[in-house]
Parts: sequence; C-alpha cells; structure tokens
Amino acid sequence: MFVQIVFYFLAAVLVGAAVMVITARNPVHAALFLVLAFFTSAGIWLLLEAEFLAIVLVLVYVGAVMVLFLFVVMMLDINLAPLREGFIRYLPVGAAVAAIVVVELALVIGVSDFGLESMPAPPAHPADYSNTRELGKLLYTVYVYPFELAGAILLVAIIAAIALTMRRRTGVKTQNPSRQVEVRREDRIRIVQMPAEPRERVDRS
Amino acid sequence: MPEPLATALGWLPHELGLLVEALIKVVALLVPLLVTVAWFTYAERKVIGYMQVRLGPNRVGPKGLLQPIADAMKLMFKEFIVPAGANRFLFVVAPVISLTTALAAWAVVPFSDFLVVADINAGLLYVLAMTSLGVYGVIIAGWASNSKYALLGAMRCAAQIVAYEIAMGFALVVVLMAAGSLNLREIVLAQEGGWAQWFWLPLLPMFVVYVISGIAETNRAPFDVAEGESEIVAGFHVEYSGMAFSVFFIAEYTNMVLISALTVIMFLGGWLSPFPGLADLAFVGWIFAPGVHWFIGKLVFFMFLYLWLRATFPRYRYDQIMRLGWKVFIPLTIIWIVVVGIAIMVGLPPWFDAA
Amino acid sequence: MSKIGHYARSFLLLELLQGLRLTLRYLVSEKFTVQYPEQKTPKSPRFRGLHALRRYPNGEERCIACKLCEAVCPALAITIDSERRADGTRRTTRYDIDLFKCIFCGFCEESCPVDSIVETRIHEYHFEKRGENVMTKDKLLAIGDTYEKEIAADRLADSLYR
Repeated sequence: MFVQIVFYFLAAVLVGAAVMVITARNPVHAALFLVLAFFTSAGIWLLLEAEFLAIVLVLVYVGAVMVLFLFVVMMLDINLAPLREGFIRYLPVGAAVAAIVVVELALVIGVSDFGLESMPAPPAHPADYSNTRELGKLLYTVYVYPFELAGAILLVAIIAAIALTMRRRTGVKTQNPSRQVEVRREDRIRIVQMPAEPRERVDRS
Repeated sequence: MPEPLATALGWLPHELGLLVEALIKVVALLVPLLVTVAWFTYAERKVIGYMQVRLGPNRVGPKGLLQPIADAMKLMFKEFIVPAGANRFLFVVAPVISLTTALAAWAVVPFSDFLVVADINAGLLYVLAMTSLGVYGVIIAGWASNSKYALLGAMRCAAQIVAYEIAMGFALVVVLMAAGSLNLREIVLAQEGGWAQWFWLPLLPMFVVYVISGIAETNRAPFDVAEGESEIVAGFHVEYSGMAFSVFFIAEYTNMVLISALTVIMFLGGWLSPFPGLADLAFVGWIFAPGVHWFIGKLVFFMFLYLWLRATFPRYRYDQIMRLGWKVFIPLTIIWIVVVGIAIMVGLPPWFDAA
Repeated sequence: MSKIGHYARSFLLLELLQGLRLTLRYLVSEKFTVQYPEQKTPKSPRFRGLHALRRYPNGEERCIACKLCEAVCPALAITIDSERRADGTRRTTRYDIDLFKCIFCGFCEESCPVDSIVETRIHEYHFEKRGENVMTKDKLLAIGDTYEKEIAADRLADSLYR
C-alpha cells in the first residue's frame, strides 16, 4: 500500500517532468526538469531494490553530466524564434520518425516480452543482500569482455573528442601554470654583493 | 542489534511506526548538528581572529558566545529581496536544495558502532551522490539571480566541483578497495587495531588528496573562487539577503562538518581508539575504549583544520585550481588505484594481508 | 636532480606546513586589541577633534572676527558674519563650522591670532537630526567653556614646540 502510493507519486512526477523537458520554453528549465526526471527515476529504481543503479544514476547523470549540460546551456544565448521557424514544414517528417520509434519500442518492450507474465516480481532478497556486490561479480566474470570493450570504446571517444577540439593557436600569449608554479625564488632574484663606494665619488651637483 | 525505539513504537501501525521512528532519529541527528554548525561560525571567527592577533567577537554574551544567536536573529528579521528579472521560484528553491543535500548525506554517517540513522549497503556511494547534488544549489542560485557576478560564481563553482569530485571519488575508490566494502560502518571496522592500522598511513597520498579536494568541494579558502569576495563580490549568493542568505551559510558549514566527518571515517578510523591496547587500564580505560568521543575529537580537529587553512593560505588562482584538480590529483589517484590494487593482490603486510 | 627536489618539496607540502606552523604560533600568541569603549589609547595634546571657541579668563570671547580661519579653511567649512558691537569692538554675529565639510586639518587653529578657534580632544560625538552638523557660535562657545581647562593644558603642553 505504502509502496504503491510512493510508486504512483514518483511515476506521476517522472512523467510530468519528462513532458516538461520537451515542452519547456526555457532550455535551462528543460535541463532542470531532466534533472528532476532522473531523480524520480532513481527513486523508482530504489523501490525495485536496485539501489546501486539508483545511486549511480544520481551520482553520474545528475551529479556530473547534467551539471555540465546546465553549464553549457546557461552560457548559450539561444534565440528561440529561428528555432521555431520550420515547425510546420518539418512536422510530417518528425511525426513519421516519432511514430516509427514508438512502434519499434512497443514491439521490443511490449507486453509480450515485458508483461507481468514474462517478468514476474523477483524473489525477496535477504537483508544482507548487496546488489552492488552481485553486480560487480557479474560485470567482472560473465560480462568481463563486453565490459572491457565498452570501456575501451569510451576511452577512444574521449581521446577522439579531445583530439578533435584541441588546437594550438600560434601568436597567442597564454600562461603556463605548471611553469609558473615551478618558479623558485632563486630563478627570479639574484643577491649581489657590492663594495661600499667612498663618499667623495658621489656627485652632489 | 535490538531496536528499543522500534519496540516502543510497536503500538502504531507498521508503516506509521517506521515513519515516526525515522523522524525521531532525524531530529536527534539534526538538532545537535545545527547547533554545532551555529557555533562553528563563531569558532571560525574566533580562530581566524586569534591567528590574525585579534580577539574576534567578544561582545555578545561571555566571550561573545551568544554571537551566533545574535546573527541568526538579525538575519531572520532582515528583508528577503528577490531581484528584478530573477526567476522567483528557482531563486527561492536554490538555498533549499543546498541545505537539503548538505543535510541528507548525514543519514548514513556512523557516529559509533550503533549510532547511525540509516546503515545502508552502498553508504559511500550515497554520500558521493548527495555531495554531488550540492552543486545544483549553487548553479541554480547563480542563474536565477539574474546577475553577472552570481552567474560567474556559479560557473566557477560548477567547474571546480565537477573537477574535484572525480579526484575525491577516486580517493574513496581506493578506500573502498582497501576496506572491501561500501558500507561506512564496515569501512571503519576494517581499520581496527591502533592508529597505524587506520587508512591514513597506508593510503597517505589519498588522505592528502581527499582532504584537499574536500576543501575545494566545499568552496572554502584557499579554493573559495566561487565566492571570491575580492574578485566577484560574493559569487553565487550576491543577490541573497536575510534568511535565504544564511541558509546558504548553514549549508556551507554543514558540508564542512560532513567532509570532516567523512575524512575521519575513511582515513582515521571513525570512532576507533588509537590505543585499543590501553582499554583494559583501571579508571582511565574508558578513554581508550573505542567510542563516540574519539569520533568527535577527530571531527573537531578536522573542523579546526578548515579554519586553520583559511587563516593561512591566500586564494588560489582559478586556472591553477583547475590544473591541480585535473592534472595533479586525478593522475595521482589513478596511479594509486593501481598501486593499492597490486598491494591487495600480493597481500602487502602489515596492512593488506588480511584483505 | 633539481626537478626531483622540486617535486619532492611540492608533494610533501613542506612550504604549506611552514605556513601552517606560523599561523599556529600566532594562534597562541598574545593579543593586543584595544577594547575600545572600556580601554582607550592615550591621545596627543595636538589631537585634532571637535572644534571650540575660547574665552579670556574675564569672560570676554577671544574671537575678533578677523576671518583668517575662514580664508584659510581648505574645505570652506567656516562661515563668519561680523558686526561692530555697542562698545566699539569687532565681534562675530555668526560663526558656523559645517562638520560635514570640515577635514580637521587644523589650519583654522594655526591661523588664529588670538587662539580663539581650537580643536579639542573630543572625537566621540554624533548627530541625530539634519542641521546638527553645523556647529553654531553658541555651541562652539559652550564646548570651549566646558573644556577650557583641558584646552588650556593642551596648549601649554604644546607651547614648547611652537
């Protein structure tokens, strides 16, 4: 009963937030609604006893990815008028693509495959059951090759992104912090010993 | 362990009983915590004053001890101003988010072997997730204020927190590898056996990295570029006044206490005693027995360290903060993950042979 | 080799620890803060505070309305009107100092040929209403009467150096 109330509450918030993500005028609002959507879906995963996934969803998507998203969106100066210009012209194409996606999704995760008959509620686990441990065991034994492969692909993506965006411009004066912090006092000042000069030499004219 | 609280609430319906029990626990945690936070602000002004050869606040009450109450009264009666062009809803919500995330992480912090609100399996991950949410308070505050300085402060803060969170996360990964658990209580128990067995010594570089990234994560001096009084006025909370402003402050100080508590748990053996062998002594034995007093003692030291560092160091330049985070700490922590992995594999004595 | 030494120094945080040691020493060092309303630092006889107009011991006001102070005042804070009194002496009918303009330079005091306008040690005063910032002749004379002893002692103490 209590669980059901929580579930319907979270589900309602999730659906509402997801709708707002695509309808909100302001991109910052949209991004914040996406954060809310992630957060509530983490809540639903917690109800499903997938606490590791729920926390990682919050940690990675809400805590890191969406921060960078917001970071970029806040810096953008989006003019909304040109974005809405070709709405009618692109509507048929967009609607067709959306319809195809919906049909595909329905075929793959429809009732036939993910219905209550094929997906019965999992057996209750004992209190000391740690799904972090179970997940780790599976990832590093049964799925170790796909896991490593995914890691390698992500690494390639990171390096490629850096290689594509990195450019060394000539003719700009930039600071090099590592060279700056390496500077010691001895590099910059020289203490010289000079003999004291006799007073007569001082020109007082 | 038996739950006397749960049995005392047995007459209530099950779910309601759970709710009431949780509420009692939360209040029992939050009230001392907020009192600590209030007098932490006093301690800060006093300690920094003393280090600058001043006396600090000494007018309200004996030795100025009632200063936090006076400050709270003043801030409560000040007007809450929403700037023109600000996003009203987000402007109000931002300090709430800051404070909520700062307080929520305390749910899993174990003060002693049994004093903990929620002893959950993935406690470490939960703490990381909650602390990473704190940045939203700052970003939303900066954006909703409709002010250049606030936005600049928010941007600086976001970049800084994201950078140092990675280093901090990796440092904690090393801890959980050494402890073999994500549960904070078990992490402490894995450090059992005297001060040399605590993780600060075998994981010394990670200890240093964690303490420094913790300071950066809470936006404290010398990493306080998000506020940067002399550069961008007050950063993300320039436009806030009255109680909303003080909520940001409470959140900041709560985070400082939280990071101190986590440092104690991860690296200094939480509530464990440094000399467990002396616990059998007559009369003074209880001092050397593990208990919440050790936890509080270590916590106070790290809270003092925050103030000490603030009084000592000038503010970092922004690009150097980024360099330190991305080019020094992250490589260092990645190397140490490998080193500790090997140490665990070969069972390096005296620390890793048990694991 | 120097590179290794540099890395060793920076990773051991030696310089930071030095700084921390310094502040820790100051934490326990003696504090010299003056607790102002209870404790006050000694003031020089030359202290330039609130103004006063003095009188001769027989009760006659010193000011002869020569207007040297008005002329020398760099901030144009002094306004003087004068008139011939019944006994034929030249006296002021108005002597105003606007304390918002005054910069407490002490030139009026220096220029006065009869030591009439002086600056006293008083520096703890405040205004509660508009217009109170203008010190009128009556107010200035009243201050002079009240603090005459102190003013005279200060002039005497400083006379050796003039």
